[in-house]
Formats: sequence, structure tokens, C-alpha cells
Amino acid sequence: MTAPLASPLPHALKDAAITALIAFGLAAPMMGLVTVQVGGDLALEQHWDRVAWAVGIVFVGRLILNLTLWRPGRVRTKLAVSPKLEARLMKLARWLAPAAVVIAIALPFLPGIERYQIDLGILVLTYVMLGWGLNIVVGLAGLLDLGYVAFYAVGAYSYALLAQYFGLSFWLCLPLAGLLAAFWGVLLGFPVLRLRGDYLAIVTLAFGEIIRIVLLNWYWFTGGPNGITNVPRPSFFGIADFVSGKDGFAAMFGLKFSGLHRIIFLYYLILALALITNYVVIRLRRLPIGRAWEALREDEIACRSLGVNTVNTKLTAFALGAMFAGFAGSFFATRQGFISPESFTFIESALILAIVVLGGMGSQFGVAIAALVMIGGFELFREFKDYRMIVFGLVMVLIMVWRPRGLVSSRTPSVFLKEKKAISGALVQEGHG
Amino acid sequence: MTAAPADAPALPDDVLLRVEHLTMRFGGLVAVDDVSFDVKRADITALIGPNGAGKTTVFNCVTGFYKPTVGRLTLKKSAGESWLLERLRDHQIARRAGVARTFQNIRLFGGMTALENLLVAQHAPLMAASGMTILGVLGAPGFARAERAAIEKAKGWLERIGLIERADDPAADLPYGDQRRLEIARAMCTEPVLLCLDEPAAGLNPRESAELNDLLRSIRADDGVAVLLIEHDMSVVMEISDHVVVLDYGKKIADGSPQAVREDPKVIAAYLGVEDEEVEEVEREIEAAEGGPA
Repeated sequence: MTAPLASPLPHALKDAAITALIAFGLAAPMMGLVTVQVGGDLALEQHWDRVAWAVGIVFVGRLILNLTLWRPGRVRTKLAVSPKLEARLMKLARWLAPAAVVIAIALPFLPGIERYQIDLGILVLTYVMLGWGLNIVVGLAGLLDLGYVAFYAVGAYSYALLAQYFGLSFWLCLPLAGLLAAFWGVLLGFPVLRLRGDYLAIVTLAFGEIIRIVLLNWYWFTGGPNGITNVPRPSFFGIADFVSGKDGFAAMFGLKFSGLHRIIFLYYLILALALITNYVVIRLRRLPIGRAWEALREDEIACRSLGVNTVNTKLTAFALGAMFAGFAGSFFATRQGFISPESFTFIESALILAIVVLGGMGSQFGVAIAALVMIGGFELFREFKDYRMIVFGLVMVLIMVWRPRGLVSSRTPSVFLKEKKAISGALVQEGHG
Repeated sequence: MTAAPADAPALPDDVLLRVEHLTMRFGGLVAVDDVSFDVKRADITALIGPNGAGKTTVFNCVTGFYKPTVGRLTLKKSAGESWLLERLRDHQIARRAGVARTFQNIRLFGGMTALENLLVAQHAPLMAASGMTILGVLGAPGFARAERAAIEKAKGWLERIGLIERADDPAADLPYGDQRRLEIARAMCTEPVLLCLDEPAAGLNPRESAELNDLLRSIRADDGVAVLLIEHDMSVVMEISDHVVVLDYGKKIADGSPQAVREDPKVIAAYLGVEDEEVEEVEREIEAAEGGPA
């Protein structure tokens, strides 16, 4: 409808004036009045020029927006990706995923790659693995888990404590840490079986905090806030340690000793763990249990009417998701050599969840990209320490506006008769339950 | 599989489900009040009644979504196997006793393809074949065989409901009538002995309605599955059902063949409705039929 409108100017001016008034209300106490210490007294300094600038910018900016972008009657172009572009991206992704794996394998030997880059690679891959693990719970089964870091902590402490008290090696503890984390996943699963959506999120959040606070306060056992130091480093599959001397890895393989060997080994270790996680998750998706998870996300009541045991289905989702976090946790402990409850705060859970949501729930490739962008980008802009959080938040908001279902939002069917067609994300239920 | 509960009553051979004294209370509200009826093995049984009569509540009790306050629901699956449905949990009713259902508001897995929907319905046998997932992850040949068989079965059903061309399309993309049929096919993929349909003809046009009738007849005749349905569309009820149970205000007011039910004055009064000026007349008739006021 293009009915001739009255001049938009009066309305735009009025709106801008109101906004400027709000800006004045905010700026006057916060920017205009500054307390300074004069000798022993507190004095009030006035900076009305700053306030004037702020109010002026807001007024003019709002006026311009009102007359251009927010002009009444303006036809809005929708910010969306056309299906054609989407299909092309999907095709690209099919090539990109194997290419990414090849690059990841070759990374330590590429020119210009030093210790810092490999360390960063290890960090990114850890989050990729955690993202893939959480994807089972959130992306496939649709259970919103805000306490995922608890299982990461269980894995890390399992290894550190088993090594400290019983002297068990990393290779023995790795599967044990996974099993223990899975056990805790089931333990969390039981009380939250009947909860959905927001309530589930709150309880999982609390669970994450409980684990952290127990680790913090169980002083004699876990070392409390001091954490556990000297967590043993991994050996080369139990054959040789990464030390100098004639029993070391370097001597055994006829190499010159270098501290980098262990870093490269750790890099390949986490790469292998992440790829195993990916393989298992892709495999599980095509099995009855994976389909049951997705069906559970779509409609729990229909699931029950079809004889799907929703209790077991939910518990396996929690257990398997937790197991991969446990593996990642024990890797984290052996890499750092030191762990404390501080590494397992809520912000970690939020970060992993953000990776899964931004990447696209249920999409393995999207999660990997999101982890690379989030963790890598975070490190890359380390110099802009004060602004990176702002930029970060802005990027997240933009992605959620542009692609509310994450980077890769379409779903690939687990089985097909004639043709595998991607299912638009708009039809797929989101994980709220 | 466990044997029949020792205290399950013996049912005649032609009775598949016997509902006895079923009562369901929600706080002070009595939704279903002492309802008893039989569902015969070879019948299409219709459960009808005005809105709020308690039809869906009876359904939810039979399919395990509610635990009845009072009552016994005996299902005689075969000569040697009986189940007391009120003692089973909802997913066990579908898996063990063989009662499948559809929903008034279609509950397909919208983001999954038609084929996937039918495979989820075969979850229990596939899960067993995948050795609780472990054999499946390792890629055991037994599981691959079971999955192929499951896909064949799903294919068979898709052909039967005329949706084979749309097997790889998401269920939410299908037209309404196709979704209804797909939901029935999905319920049938669980290999039930009793298929419960909650208003299967709601929102269908006359042609789709006729197709549905054919499908239900074929399910009874070819698959040997008894059908229990709730329906508002009288043309469907009268045309295909062999046995009609009428509920009103949670009580059973009539039970019999479609012909008998249609002529029952109580049903006419309660369900089909009467003109305001005729109410007293009809009530007199009912009282006369019952032998005086209660």
C-alpha cells in the first residue's frame, strides 16, 4: 500500500526529542556528574559538554533513522538467505568438511605454525569436541542443558584424582573419566526426566554449579580452590614419555628432543578424540536411538504413543553427551597439568551452548565452524581486550537476527528412499524440552 | 515377554478389549463415570458423544496417557496373552499390549521425513536389532538386515496410503489429509492389535473422508486389526462402524449397532440434539422407555 502519507517530519522530530530526553536522563547522572577525590574529600565535577554531545548524537541519529530506515510505509526487505544460496552452501559444506579435516591433520607441519598456533588449535578442538558432545543433548534430543561443564569437570577431576591417589596412567583414566561422567549424566538425568524447557534449563544450571561448589569446598579431597597441581602429562601410548634423555620419546624415535613434540602429540590426541566424537554422533543419528532422540525433540507425547521408552531415550542422551565431555575433561586435565574449579564456571557452559546454538542445532559442521570462530576469534582479538566482548555480543545478536536457527539450520534426513533432501530449519522443532 | 497377569479375567474369544467400570476423576470433576463396553476383535467400534462427553478421556485411559481412577481394562492379545492396561505405562501399552493411537491434533514428527516417521514407529524391534545401539555403532550385519526390513515395511505402508512419492519430504510439508493418513500408517507400523483413532475424519473433505473409510476397512480386513475410533462425522460413523458406544456427561447412554443407536431416543436427545420445544416431549419418551422417572 503506497497511500500518500503526511510529511513524516513532525513525528520523526517528536520521536527523536523523546529519545534525546531519555538519553539526557541517562547521561546526566552517568556522564555529567563525576565524583573526584580532592584531598580527603569527595567533590562533584560537572561535565555538561559531554552530556550535550551524547544527547546531540542520539537526537540526530534517531532523526536520521526515523527519516530513512524507519520511515513509515517503507517496504522492508527481509534479511534471509534464499533457498538457492542455501543449497549452494550445503554443497560447499560437503567439500569443506573433508578439506577442514585435511587442514587440521596437516596443521602442525604447515609453514609459519608455531607453538602458539598449535596451542590455539588444541583449544579450538577441545571446544569443537565439547560442542559435538553437547549437540547430542541439545541439538538432537532437544534437552536444553545449561550445566554441561559439570561433566567436563567430572572428567577432568576423575583423571586428576585417580592419578593423584592411585597413580593411574592417562590411558587408563581416559575411558574411566568418560564412564564416570556418563554415570553423572544419568544421575542428573533422573531428576529432570519430567522437566521441560525453562525448568530443565534451571535445574541443569544448578547442577553445574553444585558440582563446581562441591569441588571448591571438598578441601581435603580435591584441594578446594587451590586445585590439583602436577597432573601427570600423557605418555606416548604408554611407551615413552615426552622427556629428554635416552628413555624419552625423542631418543626412542631418533629425533632431536624438542618441547614441541608433546604439544603436537596433544594436538593429534584431541583431534583424534574430536573425530571419534564426530563419527560416533553421525553414526548414532542414523541408528534407532538417534531417530528416537530427534523424535523426542519433535514430539514427546507422540513418541510415547509409539512405544518409545522416553525415560531411557533421555537418559542415554544425557549419558552419551556427558561421556564425551568426560573424555574432553580428562584431556584438559592432562594438557594443563593443573586444574581448579575456576576452569569450570557457568560461563564455560554458556560458551559451549552458544557454540551449539550459533552453529546450528543438530549440525556437526556448523558447530565446528562456530567453535573455530568463537574460540579462534576470541584469541585473535586479544589485543582489543576491552572491546572484544562488545564485538562478540554484537556478532551473536547479528547472527541470531540473520539466522535465528544458527549457521547451518537445515536438517539432513537420517535415511532416505530416493533422494536426500535437506529439511528447512523452519520445519524442525527447536530443542526446548 | 511376561505371561498374562494371573488375575486377568477370561474374556470370550471374540472380545479384544473389555472396559469395566471405568471412572476417571480430575479433582471434583468426574470426566468418565462407570463406563463399561467391549471392543470386538473383528469390529470397527465408534465412540461418540457431544463435546465434553469424556470420549477422549476414555481414549487416554485405554492408551495409557491417563491412569484411570477406578476400573479395569483387559486386553486379550491372543489366546494365551492378556494384559491389564491400567497397570502398564504408556509406552508399554504400545509396545507390549499392541495398542496404537493417533491424535485429535495431528502429532507427526514434522521436521522428519515421512519415511523417518514410519521408522520411529518401529523403534522397539530396531532397537533390539541394534543390540541397544552397541551392535549398531559397530555396524553389525544383523542390524543392517533389520533396518532394510523396516524400510521395506515403511515403503509398503507409504504405497498403501499413496505417499510413496513423498517419502523423503518432511511430514510438516504434507497436505492435511496426507498427514492424517500418515499418522494412521505410523500407528500401524507399531504392529498393533488395536488401533485407536481420535477423530480421524476431522477436517477432511468428502473425497478424503471416503479414502479414509476404505483405509480403515482394509486395516480391519487385511491386517486383522480392531479399530476403536472417536468421531463427530456421522457419515463416517454410520457407514463404517459395526458397533457404536455413546457417551454423554461421562456416562454411557447407548451401546449397539449403528442402526439401533441412531434410533435410540436418548441418543437423539443427547447427541443429535432436539429442538427446544421438543425437549419435554423427548424427555417424556425417555422416561416412558425407562419405566418412569429416576
